[in-house]
Amino acid sequence: MDVLTVKSIVESVPDPEIPVLTLGDLGVIRGVHERDDEFEIHVTPTYSGCPATRVINEMISEALLSAHIEKFTIKKVLSPVWSTQWISESGKAKLEEYGIAPPNPGAKGPKSCPQCKSISVSEISAFGSTPCQAIWRCQDCLEPFNYFKCL
Amino acid sequence: MSDPRFHLALRMGDNSLILAQQNSKWCGHAPTLEEDIALANVSLDLMGHAQMWLGLAAEIEGEDRTADILAFFRDTDEFRNSLLVERPNVDFATTLMRQYLFDVWHLEQLLLLSQCPDILIAEISQKALVEVEYHRQRSQSLVMKLGDGTVESHNRMQEALNALWSYFGSFFEDSIVDELLFDLKISSMPSSLYPRVLKQLNQDCLLSTLKIPESEFWQKGAVQGHHTENLGYILAEMQYLQRTYPNSKW
Repeated sequence: MDVLTVKSIVESVPDPEIPVLTLGDLGVIRGVHERDDEFEIHVTPTYSGCPATRVINEMISEALLSAHIEKFTIKKVLSPVWSTQWISESGKAKLEEYGIAPPNPGAKGPKSCPQCKSISVSEISAFGSTPCQAIWRCQDCLEPFNYFKCL
Repeated sequence: MSDPRFHLALRMGDNSLILAQQNSKWCGHAPTLEEDIALANVSLDLMGHAQMWLGLAAEIEGEDRTADILAFFRDTDEFRNSLLVERPNVDFATTLMRQYLFDVWHLEQLLLLSQCPDILIAEISQKALVEVEYHRQRSQSLVMKLGDGTVESHNRMQEALNALWSYFGSFFEDSIVDELLFDLKISSMPSSLYPRVLKQLNQDCLLSTLKIPESEFWQKGAVQGHHTENLGYILAEMQYLQRTYPNSKW
């Protein structure tokens, strides 16, 4: 098994809270290295206290074990700090399709409602169901939706 | 004396840990659902920071203690958090004002530490900084709304500010550890942060119609482990399970 194969296995693991995104889309896999027959997977946390961080490590382990890779370690790296800019373009498109407005850098909130695309939106709550999301509402279709806030 | 970086990591970790513990008591009790979620989420971020700082403290110390052991098996006199974060929740005004004062200090402190030549301290600070910016945005905008709100909300925010003020000064108390940290170019003196923090408070207070108390009588001692009575109650609740059933796991 080579580094690239291991990397693609790890990057295709779904995010435990937003399963439409893979860890590759999310941009939290910072590298895979091979040392003396052992793989070292570098993972960076999204939010510091996010409970998904532990689950992500467990899911990486499971994916590797089911591909018969047994010698590996998962290393937490902090730098460079993860921000929503690490989410891939395809990841942002997947979020929008899933009904979560993707991060909109430089602005105070989402670009538009993920359902009807209206740009008339307002904030309901600065925090949401997971540390990375806020709750917004569309003024036209009146649907509330999650916004993946910028970090 | 042991490595001064150990004391710095403890101080940062303890502040976040104690405030997270205090805020999380609101879970299910906050005045509105949005505030309930906000308090829980801010606590979660702070808990994450505490885990990183206390983990670093344990690593620097090198004596087989872990972040969990530091959190659950130290007594009040070994805690290095400021006196502000251990003030009781009282009501939503006090909790919010405590959070706001903490956020203003926290942001300035992390801005400085994120430039620190010690890579481990800088990394944790940079990680925490982006989250704390969001915390301050929220507490700042709420303090403005409630300060410049109704007569009732204004009075309660002002009373909270008056009651917390002398404990807030605890963040700016210098100690021998700080002189060592300063000599190593790791951190500046806590007192040197005060003018910057005060500038921010003055700007915000002007808009929120609140008045910063004139007194600069500060409650001191936290840097030597001298705490107020309430920290004992906080630790009793937080540490109970681990003290009763040592090393038990979820």
